[in-house]
Amino acid sequence: MLRENQRRFKFDWLTIILFLLLVSFGYLNILSASHVGEVTSYFDTSQPFGKHLIFIGLTLVLIVLILSFEAKFYERFASIIYIVAILALIGLFVFGKDVNGARSWYGIGSMTIQPSEFAKFATALAVAKYISDLQTNMQTLKDQLRVAGIIFFPALLILLQNDAGSTIVYLAFFFVFYREGLQQIYLVVALSLIILAVLALKFGILATATVALAVLVTRYFLRKKKRASILQYLAVLVVCVGFSYGVKLFYEHVLKPHQQNRISLWLRLEKDPAKLERMKKEEAYNLIQSEQAISSGGWTGKGFLQGTRTTGKFVPEQHTDYIFSTVGEEWGFLGSSLVVLLFVMLIIRVLYLAESQKSQFSRVYGYGVASILFVHFTINTGMVMGLIPTVGIPLPFFSYGGSGLWGFTILLFIFVKLDSNKINEW
Amino acid sequence: MRKLLLLTTVILVGLVFIARLFYLQVYNNSAYTIFEDSAIKPEYNYPKRGYVYDRNGKLLVANQPSYDMMVIPREVVSMDSLKLKEFCLLLNITEKEYHKKLKRATNYSTRLSSPFVPQLSKTDYAVLQEKMQKYEGFYIQKRSLRSYQTTIGANVLGDIGEVNRRIITKQPYYKMGDLIGNQGVEKTYEKTLRGLKGIKFIQKDRFNKNIGPYKDGIYDTLPKPGKDITLTIDSELQAYGELLMKHKRGGIIAIDPQSGEILAMVSGPSYNPNLLVGRDRSKNFTKLYRDTIAKPLFDRGLKAQYPPGSPFKVINALIGLQEGVVETNDKFTCRMGYYYGSRKLTGCHHHRSPVAMNDGIAQSCNAYFVNVYRRIVDKYNDAGKSMNIWANHAKSFGLGNYLNNDLSVGSKGRIPDGDYYDRAYGDNRWGSTYIVSNAIGQGEVEATPIQLANMAAAIGNRGYYYTPHIIKEIEGDTIPSKYTTPKYTTIDKQHFEPVVQGMFDVYNKGTAETLRVPGIEICGKTGTAENFVKIDSVKTQLTDHSIFVAFAPKDNPTIAIAVFVENGYWGSRFAGRMASLMIEKYIKGHITRTDLEKWILTHSLENEYAKPYSGEPFKINGETTLQLIDNYAIKNSNQKDIKQ
Repeated sequence: MLRENQRRFKFDWLTIILFLLLVSFGYLNILSASHVGEVTSYFDTSQPFGKHLIFIGLTLVLIVLILSFEAKFYERFASIIYIVAILALIGLFVFGKDVNGARSWYGIGSMTIQPSEFAKFATALAVAKYISDLQTNMQTLKDQLRVAGIIFFPALLILLQNDAGSTIVYLAFFFVFYREGLQQIYLVVALSLIILAVLALKFGILATATVALAVLVTRYFLRKKKRASILQYLAVLVVCVGFSYGVKLFYEHVLKPHQQNRISLWLRLEKDPAKLERMKKEEAYNLIQSEQAISSGGWTGKGFLQGTRTTGKFVPEQHTDYIFSTVGEEWGFLGSSLVVLLFVMLIIRVLYLAESQKSQFSRVYGYGVASILFVHFTINTGMVMGLIPTVGIPLPFFSYGGSGLWGFTILLFIFVKLDSNKINEW
Repeated sequence: MRKLLLLTTVILVGLVFIARLFYLQVYNNSAYTIFEDSAIKPEYNYPKRGYVYDRNGKLLVANQPSYDMMVIPREVVSMDSLKLKEFCLLLNITEKEYHKKLKRATNYSTRLSSPFVPQLSKTDYAVLQEKMQKYEGFYIQKRSLRSYQTTIGANVLGDIGEVNRRIITKQPYYKMGDLIGNQGVEKTYEKTLRGLKGIKFIQKDRFNKNIGPYKDGIYDTLPKPGKDITLTIDSELQAYGELLMKHKRGGIIAIDPQSGEILAMVSGPSYNPNLLVGRDRSKNFTKLYRDTIAKPLFDRGLKAQYPPGSPFKVINALIGLQEGVVETNDKFTCRMGYYYGSRKLTGCHHHRSPVAMNDGIAQSCNAYFVNVYRRIVDKYNDAGKSMNIWANHAKSFGLGNYLNNDLSVGSKGRIPDGDYYDRAYGDNRWGSTYIVSNAIGQGEVEATPIQLANMAAAIGNRGYYYTPHIIKEIEGDTIPSKYTTPKYTTIDKQHFEPVVQGMFDVYNKGTAETLRVPGIEICGKTGTAENFVKIDSVKTQLTDHSIFVAFAPKDNPTIAIAVFVENGYWGSRFAGRMASLMIEKYIKGHITRTDLEKWILTHSLENEYAKPYSGEPFKINGETTLQLIDNYAIKNSNQKDIKQ
């Protein structure tokens, strides 16, 4: 008996409490954002909030199920889970259902399931499995390429299904790789490229080249020892300029008009006021409405079910991707800061636990969980607050939707299970 | 190090997000108001505007419903040409006007409603009402307009008009398209009459559909109806005064000295108050406003500031007595004027000489009053000090400053004091002989008809007056105490009797001898004031203004009156006749001096007023002939109005 009790309590309850807080607060906001007319019953399954309550119920079942498996199961079956997820994604091209131009759903009766939500934890498992292999050394190019391939497959499939937002999430694994030994130069290059891309779009190629040149010249003169040859510096400069060109071309010819507009609005590229006005109307309607809703919340918000813009359904997709605007309007600065804090705490908690794992598999997986949650949270909340260009991905545990909720729950609770098993790992 | 990258990024992002939230929700959130929230639409319910009655309970101003077509530009869906044509046809406007009006509304605000076509007729409304849901962004707002039950008293009653943006910024109670009192009692009693409008907050969805009351209506308010008011105006007397003023310019003010209530307040020329109601309002208002020659919107009874002329002499008599510089039987010679050495300072007309105070007033002797005035000014060997004392006495009659009452307009008038002349001539570089014109109410002294009527009331009361006011009763409220507390002049009571006797003798044996009304003891004073205008920058004299100030009966007067007729020549010619008629009308209720009435109604001054604009040289005063008109017939057709 005693043993039984010990087993039950070795789960990390802080994580579970944070999870439960987020899910229940999410439910309240979904209720607010999606109800039509008077709320007569919290279990009205004809309305989204009622359905979401069912999803939450099923989630609890799912959690029990996940925790009841042996921890070793996940490590052992990581590859198979990954392959199943990939197959599910491929299957979409044949059996999938188009919703809003994205072919990301399987329709089963009246229900829809979005396999890309499940592909995340599958990929995280596969990455953990591969990296934790004794043969793997993240310092070598060969392994770097292979592990990149693991995330590349699902990312590509999702991109092909016209769900660019979910594709971006796979960049989260960069944090994992870096933690597991990826050379620093990748970080430097990645940051440089981001800066270059923004500069190129905002100020043009000439300005970007000038900045790059200035940085290189400074570096050349600062480094008196071990100087690389001028030729090498020149090569880097050429690459920079080439990359800038590439970004510009990519922006102008590869991106779809609505994606161009989002970036243009974010970087304030458009100067013609008439065009800007039109762009705002077409592309930024959601953003403007969402910012206004958040702003109108003030310190303490208008109160649960009292948000005028939420009640009036001014923010489209408010119970899914824009759920955070409901928090902003009805719970104000205090409530929305609390949500931000809850997420930050959850992510840090998972990070902390990951670092304390004895098995590398658990650690890498935990890192994957934290990274995925972090990227989702950052992109979604940042977008709703108008800090990041519009990217349509849900807020973990908060947004309406069964697939999303289950995907994240599985992602998190596999880690909770792995963590609970750390005593047994030697 | 590697462990820290994600951790620091997470913390950094958390801080940035909280900062952003702080910026959006706290720093940038300029006091959220329900009116700025585009998700909430306030719907206004306009209360009934208070009715206006005259002192005898006769209804003067009531209401009529009116329908304004309002527009919220943001919600307007562009119409195809057929639909637009139909819409314009219904509203009786051209398509060009449609776009112009829409643009103007858009310039004001895309989100707030503006009037599109105000004051639709009932029939227009009936037709439109059924089709309104076809035209998105437009709606009909019901309001109440004024309905005048009379054709008189335009300057008293005033009118209501749409608020402008300046008013809206100053007084946020008003929204675009609301009506506000513009002149007269509509303006001064705006808050009493208008009541408070009710507001219903409606929750809208993003398609602008009503989805029910906001927060179950806890912020909604019911309209509070405006209060009825009763004016002190006697509408019959007012109508009679307006009739007498036809074809003349000037003002008549009649006051009840025992209460300060204004019985009649005539300004000529006047207009029919019904002109400023309905769709033609702005057209008519512009017409009246642009008439810069006759100035029908200029209330001469309240605002026109003229030299008061001879009626002001009685003030000098009173001050002389109070200051002890003259006795009632001190006599002064008059040699057809007042001579300073060999220089004639002021002229006079023919009358017997020398005169004491009684004859001085009755015969309106200029020389007598110059003597009295000079004694006042020379009393202290310090003209400045004496003049300040003199001005202080004069001002205690309500002259030289605003009356501070409930009329929407007014003028200060002017009573010069020592400082005034120190500024004009240099300190102490002037003396009594410089300013003798003040003795006879010319020179620097100026007053409005209402100030003169109030002065007459103060004399009739032997030393006090009530601030002249127009409000008699407010439904469920009391009138301010400043209208019921007497104000005392600085002249002792005993000094009034000889002066009142002098004014009585104006009628008995003086300049108004011919105007006596049988059975009523009237005290009065004629006045004739020279006046000048600039025609092509040449100072040109016009025919004198005719002025008359009176009260009756002699003891415990019930009416005090001032009549001013521009270019009416001498005092008893127009103003005196009109004052006598008004007094008889008020006290007796009917006219026995029909000869006076007939004369006034058949003589017009219109040709006199046309002279300065004719561009030709013209004659004035005694060299003119009066224009005869057959106005007497009009009186009979107007009887209906008067009897109302």
